[in-house]
Amino acid sequence: MKRYSAFAVAREALRYHLGWERAWASPEPRRKYDIIIIGAGGHGLATAYYLGKNHGITNVAILEKGWLGGGNTGRNTTIIRSNYLQDPSAAIYEKARSLYESMSQDLNFNVMFSPRGVIMLAQTEHEVRGYKRTAQANALQGVTTEFISPARVKEIVPIINLDGPRYPVLGGLSQARGGTARHDAVAWGYARACSAMGMHVIQKCEVTGIRSENGNVTGVATNRGDIDCDKLGIVVAGHSGHLADMAGFRLPIESVALQALVSEPIKPCMDCVVMANTVHGYMSQSDKGEMVIGGGADGFNNFTQRGSFHHIEETVRALCETFPMIQRLKMLRQWGGIVDMTGDRSPILSKTPLGNCFINCGWGTGGFKAIPGSGWGFAELMARGQSPLCDAFSLDRFREGRFIDESVAAGVAH
Amino acid sequence: MLILECPYCGVKGEETEFAPGGEAHLKRFGPGSSEDDFNAYLFRKENPKGVHFERWRHAHGCGKWFHAARCTMTLEVFGTYPAQTTEPPQDIRDRITAKRPGWSWRELS
Repeated sequence: MKRYSAFAVAREALRYHLGWERAWASPEPRRKYDIIIIGAGGHGLATAYYLGKNHGITNVAILEKGWLGGGNTGRNTTIIRSNYLQDPSAAIYEKARSLYESMSQDLNFNVMFSPRGVIMLAQTEHEVRGYKRTAQANALQGVTTEFISPARVKEIVPIINLDGPRYPVLGGLSQARGGTARHDAVAWGYARACSAMGMHVIQKCEVTGIRSENGNVTGVATNRGDIDCDKLGIVVAGHSGHLADMAGFRLPIESVALQALVSEPIKPCMDCVVMANTVHGYMSQSDKGEMVIGGGADGFNNFTQRGSFHHIEETVRALCETFPMIQRLKMLRQWGGIVDMTGDRSPILSKTPLGNCFINCGWGTGGFKAIPGSGWGFAELMARGQSPLCDAFSLDRFREGRFIDESVAAGVAH
Repeated sequence: MLILECPYCGVKGEETEFAPGGEAHLKRFGPGSSEDDFNAYLFRKENPKGVHFERWRHAHGCGKWFHAARCTMTLEVFGTYPAQTTEPPQDIRDRITAKRPGWSWRELS
């Protein structure tokens, strides 16, 4: 792999950019790999990357039924934060956030991580109390957050309307080191690094069955033939239940549609991410100038990758009250992704009832921010059988009643 | 857009008139049941790509609970039927078979 650098740009400029090579290879699948990861989204690719980087396992294939990062990795609002209440969540999301800081250097690929700050608005007395509590918990967890006054919110976000008719802004939970990154680049950067380590990133390869013998996984059946493996990692977000069926177990997961939309590009007006969980909407401005907007998930099972129209209406209505200047913006695009929701709104990174088969799923509406931390922990779990980052997120926790209850802790816009 | 018809008052409306209530025909396991049964009842959800049976409530109408047979891949509704039953009526199952031959959901098919 040729490194990207200022020197490389200058060199290619002098020879009509003919020397750039493909960022990753598209090899034919081998008969057998040490480890197969199903799903080449952010989490799957990050898992493969850390398997190679941290554990020296490079005989790895990442199988993707569509194209690289074409699922939820390319369908989110790119927000990165770690201001969670529960200890296991704060640990894995903070690990992820810290890895994002050095990701561009680490992968030699510009993921455009922009630590511009994230503010979660407190718009009721309950939210004020909740976020003050989260700030205290974060202080103990080593996550830097603070509860800020309405005046400070206005200072950071001049376009905000503090006196909303029904829900005035009473303060905010600010994480100055949170921010955004370019979602596609995260998938591409990991894929390029995995390919450079000799791993096989195989696109348009759909898994149609999971083979096992004596309770241990032996391989997968795909539309490009059978492939054997010693260990299998299932990292397929919304389709986790479908793959778990193939592997012969059930998950405490329901898949629903979550939507986002972006406006026409405008001049820079807001240099941080604002989440308004009571009125249900969140917004940031992309580097292109588009206002990136997200809202609520549907309440029923859905695999259509498009959500209900009334959620757009609710979200936009709330944001128009909060940011009156966006009222006349035209929306350019709207899309939906299928998110895998667990009962406690926390992910599952776990061994499964099938031997040597591992699953990483249940990230629900908040997976993008966790990509590097999830990959780091899940690679450790797959390589060593346990990981301090993942152990609390095991599949048994539902049966044992050890919930990691973030549905309350994180408000709604998770 | 998801359009449902309330089987009680016959009103057809889009989804904002109704409230989703999750998986249908759950068999409840409470105190005295085995841990496996209780775990399965609480957490092992049906999450099919395709034919699904759900509970809905006509929240902004007559307020009654009912069942819906729906496809999660297309939002097509095969039919709705009253809540006072432990399994879908035969005519709705036949309608599903006509449109989705070979469907299955739990022990139904």
